[in-house]
Amino acid sequence: MSEAMTWIALFGLAGVTVLTRGFFLIGEKPLPIPDWLRELLKMAPLAALVAVIAPEVFMTPEHHVITTWQDARWPAAVAATGYYFWRRGILGTILVGMAVMLPLKLGLGW
Amino acid sequence: MSFLNRLRALAADPDFCSGARDMASPSLGLAAWGLVTGVAMVKSGLSIPLAVGMSLLVFAGSAQLTALPLIAAGAPLWVLLATAFCVNLRFVIFSAQWRNYFGHLPARDRLVHGYFAADLNFVYFVKRYPDAQPAPGQQRYFWGAVAVNWPTWQTASFAGIFLADRIPTHWGLGFAGVLALLGLSYSLLVERMLWWVALTAGVVSIATYSLPLKLNILCAIVAAGAVGWWLDSRRSTR
Repeated sequence: MSEAMTWIALFGLAGVTVLTRGFFLIGEKPLPIPDWLRELLKMAPLAALVAVIAPEVFMTPEHHVITTWQDARWPAAVAATGYYFWRRGILGTILVGMAVMLPLKLGLGW
Repeated sequence: MSFLNRLRALAADPDFCSGARDMASPSLGLAAWGLVTGVAMVKSGLSIPLAVGMSLLVFAGSAQLTALPLIAAGAPLWVLLATAFCVNLRFVIFSAQWRNYFGHLPARDRLVHGYFAADLNFVYFVKRYPDAQPAPGQQRYFWGAVAVNWPTWQTASFAGIFLADRIPTHWGLGFAGVLALLGLSYSLLVERMLWWVALTAGVVSIATYSLPLKLNILCAIVAAGAVGWWLDSRRSTR
């Protein structure tokens, strides 16, 4: 994306922030939320997050699924996952993942 | 009343102070998250002005981090906005709850409250006012929390932006943003059925990666929603 286009995207994203955070505050009358919609709203954020993360972990910059185990990202993701389900803290998850990734990447050149 | 006097009155207000105090307790974690977002923005290729602008304008960490790989890949605007919208759908659910507290305010005030109402604001506000109805002091409590939340986030984010500028790109620090989103996703796995939703999203996103315009993201969301829908309906008919 060009610099100008990215600025447009940022204003669009700010609009998304206002729209989603204020969604049911916008109208003058309160809107009812059906149960099925509530269910769907619960799934979508998870699906969107995983859809973005999965290629970032398992694919090369050339758009292929990684075929070598000498890639620093998957061990980092595995270690981070282990930490999360052990301690349930997001901060530690980031730190553990980076602590695994950096030596593999900088030390071994993975 | 002069601006300074008004500030002094706010600082002495018990509701404002308790909002600020409640928000101070998770502020270390919030700062770390802001720092990671700041680093990730620069390391994904945004210039410093763009990164600062993104932090100030968008003010939503998970949506920012999600948008970065899409911006770097040159995804079309509508895919970018649709994906950010999906990540932010939790706020839509929160906003239905905010309506009970702030629904009586004028439209402009409602939207301003909405813009500043991040995840932690919601968590602490609802804890403090479990009865979903307007009560005296609520707005001062709200703004007390914002007065800590917003500057903490922005300061940490700026620190990340300027720090990242000094660290070589080949270290791959941008991956910290992916790890942050990974942790956030795990925290959303509150039901067994959601594991299948997440797995579907991941597999479909990779399998359809070669589609143009980053459409793999939308394919993954739709497929995951369909799987979740199917699991849900199977459970309710039994």
